[in-house]
Amino acid sequence: MPIRRSILTVAMLGLLAACGQNAPYGNTPPPGFGGGVPTDAVDVSVFGAGVTDTVLFPVDTWELTDAATATLTAQAAWFTRNPQATAVIEGHADERGTREYNIGLSARRANSVVEFLVLNGVAPSRLTTIPYGKDRPLEICSDEACYARNRRAVTVVAGSVDLGS
Amino acid sequence: MKRLIFCLAVLVLALAARPAPLFAQAGGPLRLEITEGVIEPMPIAVAPFLSGTANAGELAARISAVVVADLAGSGLFRAIPAEAQIAQVTSFDAPVRFADWKAINAQALVTGTVERTGADRVAVSFRLFDVFAGAPLGDGMRFEASEASWRRLAHKVADTVYQRLTGEPGYFDSRIAFVSETGPKNARRKRLALMDQDGANLRYLTGDMSIVLAPRFSPDGRQILYTSYESGLPRAYLLDLETLGQRPIDNQAGVATFAPRFSPDGLQVVYSLERGGNTDIHITSLVTGQTQRLTETPAIETAPDFSPDGRQIVFESDRSGTQQIYVMPAAGGPAQRISAGQGRYGTPVWSPRGDRIAFTKQQAGRFHIGVMRTDGTGERLLTASFLDEGPSWAPNGRLLIFTRVSQGEAGAPSLYTVDVTGRNLRAIATPDFASDPTWSPLLP
Repeated sequence: MPIRRSILTVAMLGLLAACGQNAPYGNTPPPGFGGGVPTDAVDVSVFGAGVTDTVLFPVDTWELTDAATATLTAQAAWFTRNPQATAVIEGHADERGTREYNIGLSARRANSVVEFLVLNGVAPSRLTTIPYGKDRPLEICSDEACYARNRRAVTVVAGSVDLGS
Repeated sequence: MKRLIFCLAVLVLALAARPAPLFAQAGGPLRLEITEGVIEPMPIAVAPFLSGTANAGELAARISAVVVADLAGSGLFRAIPAEAQIAQVTSFDAPVRFADWKAINAQALVTGTVERTGADRVAVSFRLFDVFAGAPLGDGMRFEASEASWRRLAHKVADTVYQRLTGEPGYFDSRIAFVSETGPKNARRKRLALMDQDGANLRYLTGDMSIVLAPRFSPDGRQILYTSYESGLPRAYLLDLETLGQRPIDNQAGVATFAPRFSPDGLQVVYSLERGGNTDIHITSLVTGQTQRLTETPAIETAPDFSPDGRQIVFESDRSGTQQIYVMPAAGGPAQRISAGQGRYGTPVWSPRGDRIAFTKQQAGRFHIGVMRTDGTGERLLTASFLDEGPSWAPNGRLLIFTRVSQGEAGAPSLYTVDVTGRNLRAIATPDFASDPTWSPLLP
């Protein structure tokens, strides 16, 4: 397993280097990015079966729902099993707000995730946040079905990861 | 109820009785009184500018066209087209035959001549006349510039005409900075752009590899504050328009900084700083780098803007539970909530005249641009749509530019202006999607 891990680590370092100063957002590669890069290494499956990287929030709130708490509990357990892993928590808002307020709101959402993970044993130094406001929607329709999926915080894992554990 | 109906009836009568625009006041100079009642633009004739020297004819035609476009675009004037002008001005210095201009009901007349005064140098001279008084309005004026700046010559002429006819400064010789956007809604690429207020001379100030947002001009128009994600986190930067060099205004690591705006003296920047999920307003000196925190609540506090006298800062906060507008002393201290209506209020901007604050309002699923007095009274909504946001004042405080975003999967932002009375809503053409516009001061 050490060999595999180091290969993966190298692949991930390459991925990070390719990101340059533009970190991937929401695990969706930005345009012009990708092309053979092993994005699976940091994809949703990283947390294991049934554990998503994303938690959703009701309108104009940042409190964690029960579903979000369950997801983050599993994420926290994964971080405990992968002590080298670090993550960027990306906060997002839907389009129904003004731009700068939504940056503040998405920062609160990202911070809610950080606080929960820290309370569940993840060292604060392993987690950083990026508030994207409404600038990186996942869904593009102007209906609540899309808005609900855009009001999110996404745990984007970086660093050395052992997929075998 | 009876009382309400009576009051409404009085209001309706009052509205109906509002005077039509007063073009020519008995005994006084021609003056367009800009009131809420201005619905009938003043007819004005711009005689095609003459060619004062060889090879200036085509340039004269272009300059005349820009003067006409500026004045007509303001919504305050109706330009009588050259084809309808029965009089022909053949000499800039010959006496004006006012009867011919009265006959087409032109209230004001602009004549001009364009000269090439040297290698790449152009001069424009113009005169403004009160047709019905049969007299000049002010002295003739002459502006000279390099040929590359010919549009600015036209804007200077239009600004002077606007000022003489309305008694208020113009806004035509100014620029708009904004965020130009391309690509699909879920992968927009953004870059800072700069153009003349009429859309000419567009150029880009940044690449499109990082999200950028909310530019603001320095009081001298030579620098821009904006927010970029180029470091990963949103960060407020100061950009020099001449060199395009830039630097962050706050060097603390691990915090997001955004929504930066200049103080009226250009020496300080007020902005939002987010740490651990909490967004507060801070101020930093561009001279010493010394930084101070101005708000200390757990609320989201952002979109700060100085009063023109530099003594107060208006900002938005959700400390009451929803986004509302507050005013505090520029040094920090107790903040007074001024927004009082239903709904949510954000993005306050203080008018250059100091008497009003424009804002974005969200109510019942609609977004509005509105204005209110600085104590929150006299609220008036100027627009309504799926998503209007982020007003910025023209340098004369007469109109606002803002972002309007269309609905749906192909939804995209574009720029609009609206008069502060709510009239003359106009789309501003840009080559790509456009958002977060900000108006420069009048150019020197």
